[in-house]
Amino acid sequence: MSGGTSNFQSNSRVVNWIEHRLPIFSFLDSQLHQYPTPKNLNYFWNFGSLAGIVLVIMIVSGITLAMSYTPHTDLAFTSVERIMRDVNSGWLIRYIHMNGASIFFIVVYIHIFRGLYYGSYKAPREILWMIGIFILLAMMATAFMGYVLPWGQMSFWGATVITNLFSAIPLVGDWIVQLLWGGFVVGNPTLNRFFSLHYLLPFVIVGLVFLHLWALHMHHSNNPTGVEIKDEKQDTIPFHPYYTIKDMYGLGIMLIFFAFFIFFAPNYFGHPDNYIMADPLVTPPHIVPEWYFLPFYAILRAFTSDYWVYQIISLGGGLMSAKLAGVIAMFASILVLLLLPWLGEVPSALPLLLLGVRDRLRHPRMGRRPAAGRRAGHDRPVVDVLVLLPHHHRCAAGRHPGAAETASGQHCCIGYQCTPGGGVRL
Amino acid sequence: MSETATGGAEIDEQTRRDFLIWSTVAVGAVGTALAVWPFIDQMNPAADTLALASTEVDISQIEVGQSITVIWRGKPVFIRHRTPEEIQAAESVDLADLPDPQTDDARVQKPEWLIMVGVCTHLGCIPLGQKSGDPKGDFGGWFCPCHGSHYDTSGRIRKGPAPNNLPVPGYEFTSDSTVLIG
Repeated sequence: MSGGTSNFQSNSRVVNWIEHRLPIFSFLDSQLHQYPTPKNLNYFWNFGSLAGIVLVIMIVSGITLAMSYTPHTDLAFTSVERIMRDVNSGWLIRYIHMNGASIFFIVVYIHIFRGLYYGSYKAPREILWMIGIFILLAMMATAFMGYVLPWGQMSFWGATVITNLFSAIPLVGDWIVQLLWGGFVVGNPTLNRFFSLHYLLPFVIVGLVFLHLWALHMHHSNNPTGVEIKDEKQDTIPFHPYYTIKDMYGLGIMLIFFAFFIFFAPNYFGHPDNYIMADPLVTPPHIVPEWYFLPFYAILRAFTSDYWVYQIISLGGGLMSAKLAGVIAMFASILVLLLLPWLGEVPSALPLLLLGVRDRLRHPRMGRRPAAGRRAGHDRPVVDVLVLLPHHHRCAAGRHPGAAETASGQHCCIGYQCTPGGGVRL
Repeated sequence: MSETATGGAEIDEQTRRDFLIWSTVAVGAVGTALAVWPFIDQMNPAADTLALASTEVDISQIEVGQSITVIWRGKPVFIRHRTPEEIQAAESVDLADLPDPQTDDARVQKPEWLIMVGVCTHLGCIPLGQKSGDPKGDFGGWFCPCHGSHYDTSGRIRKGPAPNNLPVPGYEFTSDSTVLIG
């Protein structure tokens, strides 16, 4: 990894003996201690390390839960109740794991928002950004399968609905769904493999996080001005102690927030129907996913055969079913983020972000409504990213009548303040 | 720091900073230990496991000279209706001959009923001797097939690697025909 200008020295013979064979001390010193970090990072930059810590909390609480959990349709629900009532501190560990999922998504969504708002996805950090999207996808799969494990009503019907998404795939859809189920309905084989994969995927995420950090340390953190580090001596400070202490402070705040839910509102993010054991013959009247999936659920439900967007993209219904269109739109709403680095080259995309955030906030409300809810605007996230973002970037890059040019050749636009030194500030 | 602090102020600053660092580390260590404990404690026996603590046994059908094995807390408990000869043999042993000296009197409530946990005190195997055809060892009691420990008619270790006598669980006779173990 670059950037690690380590002048690591030790007087310890043991350390030097190891260092000569495995340079782990100079590696840690260069990546965690000397590692040059922009000195103007604000608190939005705390959320990366917070996400890493929450991942560790989830793995530790998950491994301990697995010690008392039984992945069998007859026993799973009661084994979770036994964890809640009989296992020492089992209630605490389960509430940590349960609410930890929500905290993880809160932290990661803010982390992604930071990346969008400050343009952290731009060159030379495209791969860093894309790995982040894959981490999000892996997190979503893990969270979904974890929600199935308690084998409550929401677990069962959530699993049924989400696995049925794959039946929208032409020709092989039904075969794929049977493959996922290991049977003709969601059943014991499904529960067993979900448990296996739910245990595996977090470690895949750990691997992806390592790549994410590797890519980060190649070119260092972005910073709020969007201007790259020019002089390492003037523009950066060592990671330790400056950012270790700041990250610790942020961790304390997050843990207070986390603990509030664990101890005072442990079921706030949950749904009471999941405390009813799964019944394959009775679907609850109102199925909703966990809050962090609501925007995607809203997109999925928006596509019906009379929806004008569907009519256009399916060429009047001939190209694909509305079911397939909904599934494609849902996955596209995430995958479109992979294109983001190539949709512009200026430091910020503020107006677009505000639109996007408004859409994201509106979607959960729509997703939570009963099935007869309204639909307008469900396509907005994709439209905003594909249509408005390039337009905004053209404007901000100076190819716009209102653009001004600074002495150093940097372009600015309305809504930005151009600084004499060539920097661009919001 | 060194540019702004001077002389005595620097020393004061240093001690105050040390105090802050060490008190933070101490509070952090205690907090971490408190947070880690539930994750270790969850491996201890759960409340429902502990609740399976006692077993009631009907002993009216056990003839003199017969033994039965019952499960108590997941472990085998030997209940033997001893013959007068076995009682005689158990009571007449010189305590000096025993690796783990204990009188037969101390191991039974009623001499004809010997009740003990049937787990060898060496490494946890179950000794033979419950069935009539089983080897009973050199002392007419029980014999552990794993590493050759011999137990006498009172369940005391007499020969072999086991360090202790077969343990006697807490029990009481709730009537002439029933016993409550645990």
